Amino acid sequence: MNDMSKPPRSRAAKWTRRGFIGAGVLAGGALLIGVGVRPGNPVGELGPKVAGGEGEQLINSWLKIDADNVVTAIVPHCEMGQGAHSVLAQMLADELDADWSLVKVMQAPTDGSYVVTDTIRMFIAGGTMDAPDWLEPTWNGLFTKISQLADGLVTGGSSSIRTTGQHTMRIAGAAARQMLVGAAAKEWGVPASEIVTANSTLSHKASSKSAPYAQFAAAAAEQDMPQTPQLKAPKDYRLMGTDAPRTDIPAKVDGSAQFGIDTKIPGQTMTYAAVRRAPVPGTKVAKMDASAAKAMPGVLQILNMGDFIAVVADSYWQAQQALNGISAEYTTAESKIRSSADQSAAFAAALDKAGDAGGEEVIGKGKVAEAMQVVAKKLSAEYQAPYLAHAPLEPMNATVWVRDGKCEIWTGTQVPLFARSAAAKALGLSVDDVTVHHPIMGGGFGRRLETDYVIQAVRIAQATGYPVKMIWSREEDTQKGLFRPADMSRFSGGLDAKGRLAVYNNVFTQRHDPQEACDCAFYDIPHKSIRVAEAPLHLPFAAFRSVDHSQQAFFIESFIDEAAHAAGRDPVEFRLGMLGNSPRHKAVLEKVAAMANWSTKPAAGRGRGVALTQSFGSIVAEVVEVDMTGGTPKVTNVWCAADPGYAMNPDGFRNQMEGGIVMGLTAALYGEISLKDGAVEQSNFHDYQMMRLNECPAIAVEIINGDHEKLGGAGEPGLPPAAPALANAVFAASGKRIRTLPLAKQFA
Amino acid sequence: MVKFTINGQPAAVEADPAMPILWVVREQLGLTGTKFGCGMALCGACTVHLDGQPVRSCSTPISEAEGKAITTIEGVAGPEGELSKVQQAWISEQVPQCGYCQSGQIMAATALLRDNPRPSDEQIDVAMAGNLCRCGTYVRIRRAIKVAAGIEQPKGAAQTGEQAA
Repeated sequence: MNDMSKPPRSRAAKWTRRGFIGAGVLAGGALLIGVGVRPGNPVGELGPKVAGGEGEQLINSWLKIDADNVVTAIVPHCEMGQGAHSVLAQMLADELDADWSLVKVMQAPTDGSYVVTDTIRMFIAGGTMDAPDWLEPTWNGLFTKISQLADGLVTGGSSSIRTTGQHTMRIAGAAARQMLVGAAAKEWGVPASEIVTANSTLSHKASSKSAPYAQFAAAAAEQDMPQTPQLKAPKDYRLMGTDAPRTDIPAKVDGSAQFGIDTKIPGQTMTYAAVRRAPVPGTKVAKMDASAAKAMPGVLQILNMGDFIAVVADSYWQAQQALNGISAEYTTAESKIRSSADQSAAFAAALDKAGDAGGEEVIGKGKVAEAMQVVAKKLSAEYQAPYLAHAPLEPMNATVWVRDGKCEIWTGTQVPLFARSAAAKALGLSVDDVTVHHPIMGGGFGRRLETDYVIQAVRIAQATGYPVKMIWSREEDTQKGLFRPADMSRFSGGLDAKGRLAVYNNVFTQRHDPQEACDCAFYDIPHKSIRVAEAPLHLPFAAFRSVDHSQQAFFIESFIDEAAHAAGRDPVEFRLGMLGNSPRHKAVLEKVAAMANWSTKPAAGRGRGVALTQSFGSIVAEVVEVDMTGGTPKVTNVWCAADPGYAMNPDGFRNQMEGGIVMGLTAALYGEISLKDGAVEQSNFHDYQMMRLNECPAIAVEIINGDHEKLGGAGEPGLPPAAPALANAVFAASGKRIRTLPLAKQFA
Repeated sequence: MVKFTINGQPAAVEADPAMPILWVVREQLGLTGTKFGCGMALCGACTVHLDGQPVRSCSTPISEAEGKAITTIEGVAGPEGELSKVQQAWISEQVPQCGYCQSGQIMAATALLRDNPRPSDEQIDVAMAGNLCRCGTYVRIRRAIKVAAGIEQPKGAAQTGEQAA
């Protein structure tokens, strides 16, 4: 499909000395987040923060090479399980020709110089990096400004590899290699072109000279920074495209990995806070009786913070016990939405008002109203998805120490720089007086893009003056956070005389990110109208893994499946018939059909369903097989074919697909946050169920490297097809079309 | 004063007898490999061994540890730090994503394989059903248990499955 001998289209070509030096000049796109080594640039301040033992030489801010020849890749993204730390280092190490066993990963400090502007740009731009060249200067200016305002060091949008990896880590590695070669050539008096690099070693065959990188680290720093470092073509990759083992895994099997909740402050006695926020969003504590709690052992302070109550104690358990003993009354909420039925009614009202043509048109194509007059068969369907809690297994927590006009924070966050500026604002401090340490996260899934819990801990620590570790109970985490929104979506459409989907008319209520999520642009449908009719949400919004795709894929791919059945066509054949202009999508769908033996009949009582999506630049198709013989859906198998352009670490990519599938199936089968009296009804894993190992299907994942110039994401794209493929399988097995999630409830 | 051994070392702590083992281990003994996930014995992140039996430390009071042996994830490796077969399999199969639940998973799997060195798929399901993984690494957990049991071979060279378009 493409020429594998050419290097990927890269912003390296636009990489300029001026851009690299930075100083707020972010020309060229590629090095928006780069910092250089020349005097007067940010490395002077950054140097001490990333320097380790003696004999280390900072070559540029994305990597260092120490006296032991160990390469440390300094990664700006946060690690929450997606493997970003390791794979970004892998990309850097490949360009550097480093020995993978000598590569370490270090989290970049929360310094504004590491702003991940490309990530913000992709979120806003809806996933495309292919802006026309003439637009580049405008975009860069615009997005630089936005990112500076937003203080954005963001890990999200399945973007680490395709932005930071492609545009800075690889360039840093290539530049460093070139500088090392230059330094060795000078010292040895040989042409640079004759020096070979491999396994962190420089060698010159003719003179039999050889040296580890470390030997030339200092001299390399004296070399001119290459203006356009040469990136490898895919045929020359040694580490990229391989299953290089993840660097973070050993510490995760022996208990030594340190998460935010494990924070210890050297020399300080830790205190612990348990919290209870008012149960309904927007309400406050009206009355509190803490008389019994005050007398409980270990209790240090009881705080009525207005919107929440906190108990600080010598141990977390004591704090939580005391909190359980506090009775409180709360103010009344303004929201008229009190129940899930009220929420659904609000959605329905917005959709009723929009009708067949109202609301804001997002996509318009052909002549929907006229075409509907002549269709051979009309279709209509209404789908609904509930609120979801992210439920990362590490509950929200933050350790904070506010003293002497300074604030120090230890917390797992996807947005350490947002957290820093939010804390500064809450305390009335300058951002320079706030330090954020952000250890690895016990899951993020979008929840840790929010800073509510961090600021809560900051306020507690401000009140105490001594360091406090605030930990949310699971109940607090399930009920009081921010949520994947519920949504309702209505479709109408029609088949032409040949049974093709001629008209597609859709209106829904929730539009957050990314814009493209509401469309299935890869299907060739002549008349299309996609509209949004916004409706109020009772619970606050947070991006959930795959964001809008998490509901939209269920709506869209269920409707497409209904259209296929209405046409009397095989669901795979029906979709293939609409993919004439989308060869990569067609290849992915054909692949998954072959993996699942789609053309064979499943065993009695079983059914297979398929779904095809594109999200965050990756094309993913899944086939789910479900066994309905027990009366309830039991998922036996999932086959997944995915085209991420090029998988930098195929095993890591598969792991992300597997995880996305399990999370997608969990949501589809069980996931529901419902409302009663304005508050969340569920509280812990007994009533907010997760898929467990005994329910987990066999999962097979195959990767198609369809276009190495268009890298897609890994963290999110596995999730969206799971729910519709499951619902479509349930229909195939039982004849029952489930249009409202969660599924399992419909069979209870 | 409650007396017990922790990873083979004698320990004595002053604590409310009702305080769960989890918080004693994490806060008083400083062993943070054992995790808090739900506080209701629903997720398994806090799994430790009490006299060799897997228990949910978030819901087991420290008084129950009197005179017994507590083993945490930090005590699974050998005296020289050599990783157990289960830990090695967790690495060879590249199981963890965020890693938060994995201490509990490894404790559950270790207990399973000690009692039943060659478990069937069903026995693995039963033994591991109490341990949630929100990242969804179950497929790999299953495989790693089989690798540790010698039922399957560890993942060797780079897997195939990619294809150039």
